Amino acid sequence: MTLEKGIQQKWHISFTLNGEPAEVAFAPHKTLLEVLREDLALTGTKHGCELGECGTCTVLVDGKSILSCLMLGLDAEGREVTTVEGMAANGKLHPLQDTFADLGAAQCGYCSPGFLLAAKELIEKSPRPSRDEIKEALSGNLCRCTGYIKIYEAVELAAARMRGEPMELPRESLFGLE
Amino acid sequence: MSKGNGKPLNVVGKPFRKVDARAKCTGQTKFADDIVLPRMLACKILRSHEPHALIRNIDISKALALPGVFAILTGKDFPIPYGILPVSQDEHALCVDKVRFVGDPVAAVAAIDEDVAFDAMNLIEVEYERLQTITSIEEGLFIDEPRIHEYGDGGNVHKKVSLEFGDVDEGFAEADLVREDTFFYEGNTHLPLEQHAAVAHFDPDEKLTLWSSTQTPHYVHRALTKVLGIPASHIRVIATPNGGGFGGKSDPFNHEVVVSKLAMITGRPVKCTLTREEVFYCHRGRHPVLMHVKTGVKKDGAITAMHFKSFLDGGAYGSYGVASTFYTGALQTVTYEVPRYKFEGARVFTNKPPCGPKRGHGTPQPRYALEVHLDKIAEELKLDPAEMRRRHLVPSNSVTANYLRIGSMGLGACIDKVVKGSDWKNKFSWEPAMTGAQASSLASVSDKTTAAGTVALQARKLPYGKGIGIACSAYICGAGLPIYWNNMPQSGVQLRLDRQGGVCVMCGSTDIGQGSDSILAYIVAEILGIDPFDIRVVTADTDLTPVDLGSYSSRVTLMTGNAAIQAAERARELLTIAVAEKLSVPIENISFADRRAFDVENPDIGMSFAEAVVLAESKFGTIGTVGSYSPPRSPGKYKGAGVGPSPAYSYSAAVAEVDVDPSTGIVTVEQVWIAHDIGKSINPVLVIGQVEGSVYMGLGEILMEEMAYRANRNAVHKFPSMLEYKSPTTMEMCDVKTYLIEDPDPNGPFGAKEVGQGPLLPVPPAVANAVYNAVGVRIDEVPITPEKVLKALREKDRGRDPRFGPNSVPNVDWPEPLRVLTPAEGGDGKEMPRVAVHS
Repeated sequence: MTLEKGIQQKWHISFTLNGEPAEVAFAPHKTLLEVLREDLALTGTKHGCELGECGTCTVLVDGKSILSCLMLGLDAEGREVTTVEGMAANGKLHPLQDTFADLGAAQCGYCSPGFLLAAKELIEKSPRPSRDEIKEALSGNLCRCTGYIKIYEAVELAAARMRGEPMELPRESLFGLE
Repeated sequence: MSKGNGKPLNVVGKPFRKVDARAKCTGQTKFADDIVLPRMLACKILRSHEPHALIRNIDISKALALPGVFAILTGKDFPIPYGILPVSQDEHALCVDKVRFVGDPVAAVAAIDEDVAFDAMNLIEVEYERLQTITSIEEGLFIDEPRIHEYGDGGNVHKKVSLEFGDVDEGFAEADLVREDTFFYEGNTHLPLEQHAAVAHFDPDEKLTLWSSTQTPHYVHRALTKVLGIPASHIRVIATPNGGGFGGKSDPFNHEVVVSKLAMITGRPVKCTLTREEVFYCHRGRHPVLMHVKTGVKKDGAITAMHFKSFLDGGAYGSYGVASTFYTGALQTVTYEVPRYKFEGARVFTNKPPCGPKRGHGTPQPRYALEVHLDKIAEELKLDPAEMRRRHLVPSNSVTANYLRIGSMGLGACIDKVVKGSDWKNKFSWEPAMTGAQASSLASVSDKTTAAGTVALQARKLPYGKGIGIACSAYICGAGLPIYWNNMPQSGVQLRLDRQGGVCVMCGSTDIGQGSDSILAYIVAEILGIDPFDIRVVTADTDLTPVDLGSYSSRVTLMTGNAAIQAAERARELLTIAVAEKLSVPIENISFADRRAFDVENPDIGMSFAEAVVLAESKFGTIGTVGSYSPPRSPGKYKGAGVGPSPAYSYSAAVAEVDVDPSTGIVTVEQVWIAHDIGKSINPVLVIGQVEGSVYMGLGEILMEEMAYRANRNAVHKFPSMLEYKSPTTMEMCDVKTYLIEDPDPNGPFGAKEVGQGPLLPVPPAVANAVYNAVGVRIDEVPITPEKVLKALREKDRGRDPRFGPNSVPNVDWPEPLRVLTPAEGGDGKEMPRVAVHS
């Protein structure tokens, strides 16, 4: 059996991935999602539809959240891409990752990378986001586990911590109402 | 069961992080599709585009000739059928002679990559001979030929059941009011964010390993053993963490069988990841159910008898359908007292994706019907619907008419919390929702009613368009019986302690995001006095872990929790003996906390946990213990008594406040207050997460989610995509106020009951009742879409019945009911001998 037809010629790009220079070669039709997962083994970026409908594959390109399933890998040439693998630094979680963990904002954890990156973009743009701003910013990301509420609370708590303000977790978030 | 010897709890009840929280928040959790093995092939499955057809021929020659294709399988490679229930072994990994729905698997390709597999799949030529399609409940009931399956209760009826507990006619004769209503609950699907995926590897020593996003690795293991014809001991199934399950990954699936066989044939690892469209075809979601409920009540709302009929559209295969059918009739009796009860249920096969268990399995549909029906009854009786429910609760520690044993029962406290929290009494009134026809029939009754709870005609409290509604519910904490008959435990836990102080918990349970891995760690940590994050949890691996039946029926916390308690107590006992001997203090003085073992009377005298393990290992040898859990026997002994019994029942009450725009029909749920009777929270923040997630999913079901098919003979799914299958985004999700009621249940680990499914149940009917309260129309069909609201409002404007919903149910020849005397009538739980007593 010959495999010649099954092998496609690869193209090559250079870009910045999670703050580090990266080079990768891949078949030109591949999406950024596929390049990240299959050619760079960064499986932290998940997929839920591969049609731009669920927000699960959200990554940041030049600081802006995009759906990596809708962007060709070739278009990442020279750009700065941030995935969930780039959020924690030196073993220290990003404040959002910390609050997501504390509040159970990640249940199955499958949509979490996308939510974390969309929330990161929001907080960097708007350090004191209102609940409505958070809803708006995360409206393109679907979560089937949490009902979103723990996610809002985690974003608010992380934003407060990043502003350097101590914020007590409301008791009702952890134990329910009296 | 142990409650921790009454000592203060250090772990249980605390809002700890999940043990896998960091992995999940850094994207490092390995889901099935994240697994990549050297030389791995990709699998694509060709699915039928015909809803019902005979397969005349399959030509794979062109596909096989494509470079990069390694193997192609068709139905002839899978002669042995399988299915989740022993009574419905009706699936083949690839269809053998005929296809039964658009999406049924026909052939499978293994190729060098997904692109080649896809191209090859499209080169497979299938000749079909179309058969008449069966697309609805009515057609399933009344069109006998062609049959979708050659088994069942005749024609295209899969299952018919008829049960009667006590004489319901006698009960209706005693009633002051007998009311009948008809409802329809549309089917909907789980929509987990993770698409199902499976990876198989057949190693050179001829052992098969399957990694799969399944909630039930044990059942997949059994199915593979049957279908592949190799011994169970040669098969290892590992459930990867599920990226959402909700019941949708509880069946053994064709792609799991297919990749296993392909790996065996090619000698290379094979992966299959379903597309989102395929996930819609896998389905096994909420059954569409048409329901009729007839209830007799006294003036104060006390139920004298109930007769419930349900008709389930099962789709193309059995799946859990027999259990689902029984579940549509099982739990009506565990909230309010129902002294006499009759249930008739029928499930039909149709040429649509198979239905199965979704969060609440078979009970959200009847719960919605029952709670809206009770709301209508309360209105007729001019009773406050919250108070009417509160008055007639099933007592704790009782046995229902259908022989379900109730333990702790916190629904009264739940109702009180949401009534107070929502300011119900200052918001709810029947004005002006009450319309002439409904109010007149029992006007005389309410005139005489003076007991507390009667709502006098009073001024409307909320403006028109704003409404408030209440509903309650109950759910099982694990099914009393396993899916296949056996006398073995439903859950096993094995504990290994090493001489460095390490503790490893092994259990077959599967974490689907609910936190079951963490629950094991918390419970073991509590009993051994160590930190939950010191523990290694190994789960869902049929080679390494004792059997747990899986993450379904809200069984995991209760069953694995009890098994974990037993295993941990056995380990603690060994450590205690060794430590007491070393410290020369009585055994009962030894306690474990803060990673230490010590004398309670002199806590400074003690040692580290690791030193305690060394002593125990020196004395007894390698320290490993096991624990197992089997539910108590149910008092019900009649045929059909297997569905409904549970070690404990959780309860929920919800109040919903809505805004209905009468010009557009758009319903906005502004706030839900929900109280859940959890028994005891092992971890309250995880419990609240389950409650909020349940409210969310219930909201999606009542407002927008539906599996809709084109209205022609093709039975094609209208929109198998996440864009058009509407589910709530952040913009639709309401605010939620959660109350946890803690009343420990004697059968629960530390008193804990379930929370994963129960809190979904009251949400759809609470919203439906609130919509009525807002604009005075009854939407007796789920989901409540703007079109239905507008249609009902138009009916109201024209002076007609202000409702939208089905008007009747099919007239079916039900089998003679199996009659059972109720406990109150001195019954023994067995059916009465069948005699021709009724004409």
